[in-house]
Amino acid sequence: MNGDGTAAPRLRLTYRDAVREAIRDALTRDERVFLMGEDVGRYGGCYAVSKGLLAEFGEDRIRDTPLSESAFVGAGIGAALNGMRPIVEVMTVNFSLLALDQIVNNAATIPHMSGGQFAVPLVIRMATGSGRQLAAQHSHSLEGWYAHIPGLKILAPATLEDARGMLWTAIEDPNPVLIFENVQLYDMEGELPADAGPVDITRAAIRREGKHASVVTFGGSVPKAVAAAETLAGEGVDVEVVDLRSLRPLDDATIMASVAKTHRVLVVDEGWRSGGLSAEVSARINEQVFYELDAPVARLAGVEVPIPYPKHLEDASVPQADTIAAALREMVGRR
Amino acid sequence: MTSSPRLSLSVPEPAFRPGDTPDYSGVTFPEAGSVQRPPVDVNPEEIRDLAFTIIRVLDRNGEAVGPWAEALSPDELRKGLRDMLTLRAYDARMLMAQRQGKTSFYMQHLGEEAVSCAFQRALRPGDMNFPTYRQAGLLIAGGYPLVKMMCQVYSNDGDSARGRQLPVFYSSREHGFFSISGNLATQYVQAVGWSMASAITGDSKIAVGWIGEGATAENDFHAALVFASTYKAPVVLNVVNNQWAISTFQGIARGGSGTFAARGLGFGIPTLRVDGNDYLAVLAVAKWATERARLNLGPTLVEYVTYRAGGHSTSDDPSAYRPKEESNAWPLGDPVLRLKAHLIAVGEWSEERHTQAEAEVMDTVIAAQREAEEIGTLHTGRKPSPRDMFEDVYATMPPHLLRQRHEAGY
Ligand SMILES: Cc1ncc(C[n+]2csc(CCOP(=O)(O)OP(=O)(O)O)c2C)c(N)n1
Repeated sequence: MNGDGTAAPRLRLTYRDAVREAIRDALTRDERVFLMGEDVGRYGGCYAVSKGLLAEFGEDRIRDTPLSESAFVGAGIGAALNGMRPIVEVMTVNFSLLALDQIVNNAATIPHMSGGQFAVPLVIRMATGSGRQLAAQHSHSLEGWYAHIPGLKILAPATLEDARGMLWTAIEDPNPVLIFENVQLYDMEGELPADAGPVDITRAAIRREGKHASVVTFGGSVPKAVAAAETLAGEGVDVEVVDLRSLRPLDDATIMASVAKTHRVLVVDEGWRSGGLSAEVSARINEQVFYELDAPVARLAGVEVPIPYPKHLEDASVPQADTIAAALREMVGRR
Repeated sequence: MTSSPRLSLSVPEPAFRPGDTPDYSGVTFPEAGSVQRPPVDVNPEEIRDLAFTIIRVLDRNGEAVGPWAEALSPDELRKGLRDMLTLRAYDARMLMAQRQGKTSFYMQHLGEEAVSCAFQRALRPGDMNFPTYRQAGLLIAGGYPLVKMMCQVYSNDGDSARGRQLPVFYSSREHGFFSISGNLATQYVQAVGWSMASAITGDSKIAVGWIGEGATAENDFHAALVFASTYKAPVVLNVVNNQWAISTFQGIARGGSGTFAARGLGFGIPTLRVDGNDYLAVLAVAKWATERARLNLGPTLVEYVTYRAGGHSTSDDPSAYRPKEESNAWPLGDPVLRLKAHLIAVGEWSEERHTQAEAEVMDTVIAAQREAEEIGTLHTGRKPSPRDMFEDVYATMPPHLLRQRHEAGY
């Protein structure tokens, strides 16, 4: 709402634009904020997220770094320790593995191991997921793996609103926050109010209400789950879609409320199945609302292979709208 | 008390940006033939200057001059020219194939053909390259079939890696071409490790690590130099400085060290810097460095000064970060034209023969392309089955994977 009570005009934009708006907003709000990473300047980032920001904010705020993930993540930690609010962009989660020691052994532990003296108010953004035909080392989904680490907050914006709104809240958070942007979402188009702003980063969200079954998922699988739910609606099955939004900490209350309402649940995760986030979510459901279940918790996850290159193999390796729909049919007993 | 200045950072800038007219007239390169050629067992302390100069053999008139000029037979010279022409024609066809949607992605070598094509001539069967994505000349000069390369790029049923790699990420153990890593620089330490195993087992084979100048900023580059230096491993460590790492100019990775070759000095590793667009200079340096490794004299670091005349990949538009004319203004010239001029200067080639050779090479490449396309392209013809992607994850497929394959319907 604007001050005069009229609704703000709505803007048409892509998920990529929404992330860019979020970065622009953060740079404008707080002069301690700066963006750094590989090719984020003139090139505009490998997924074109930061295009135009160098011209607008200059080299001190949009910093192209030497090609070394562990160095620019580590330098981001150092800058955060010294009062800055860095946004570090890593091209893909796959390359973040070169910075794993900085993230897992350091960013995540410094506040604790320094007896609370040092905070790491760092945000690391990275692309994740398959669907762009870039083969295994550019296509993995490892956010569930990061969600295993105490001390980190892990976010997976799946909507334009979250792409626009999560960043500032993450920057204000005193803990290191990792934001995972699924590569299949960057071109997703939609509308946002011109005055869209920060959003909460603690709650899961219901993306579609339903009463016969719940799908619990996140990131790039959310639109697929919604599409599957629409298909099932045509068959008389009403599916609820829960978007986790925050993978660590998990919002148990929203998940359990949905399961208690529908009594059937399918957990969908583009990441690998064994030991993955889907296992954690399903274990919690079994621990907390077992007696609400009318059917065993079901899981649909990526098959446990390095993601292949061509589209037909890529599609076959991670959950898709049709495989989600099929798993739901099986669960509600309509094949 | 003295007052401290307000601290600030420095950010290196390239000489030219879009809109500038690239002018290299102020840049002087050493004359061809002017750089000493030390014995291979030289004390690295005595050749520190070689990290800051440029070894060149071909002069402006196409003559091969100076101590690095070796006697190559006319056939060897013509083979070099043909390899580079083949790589160039191959690139042109695959680039076009990408535009036609026959593959989704391609990376070309334009301007850098001499580096990998010439280096391959110094290798022996059993040696192992740990390449990056811009050394397909190692395969072409080594006689790897073009059809197989194209099947890889098309990810069709003829792809020996069954669609598991990005286009141009070839692999052929038989041709001394280890796989290519999507994560930069990992191969550099692996090359050192491979060569250490060769030494541990008393073998005579050597390894060659390849890296772009941008990726030398990764930790693995520096760690590889430590290991090579500590164990005096039989490895050649190549840095291909083509001036640009996607949009990032080489000064960002180089910082204040003057040259990439100079990185070797602190490790006590003999280091050479060479004109990467000079086929003869690259070959001479490759022979020197590989001989050192074979004679158990330890590692050599080589920087090849060249220029990436094309985009980083088919996803790149260089006009956003460098002037369009920069490639033409680049002072080290074109590797193909320079070797051609040499062959003509020594009376072993002519414009007519060159035109004819270009046409022959293109025919060969097109014939190979036709053969590959009969099998299929990215979206047409015969493809690897999803069944294949479950193979080779483990030597023996574990039950959970077999179950997942069955669940997927294969
Ligand atoms: C660990 C890692 N970080 C980033 C990238 C993305 N990337 C691919 S190629 C490239 C530039 C490499 O430049 P350079 O090493 O100079 O080699 P060139 O492409 O010039 O041959 C970058 C940043 C990557 N593949 N791996």
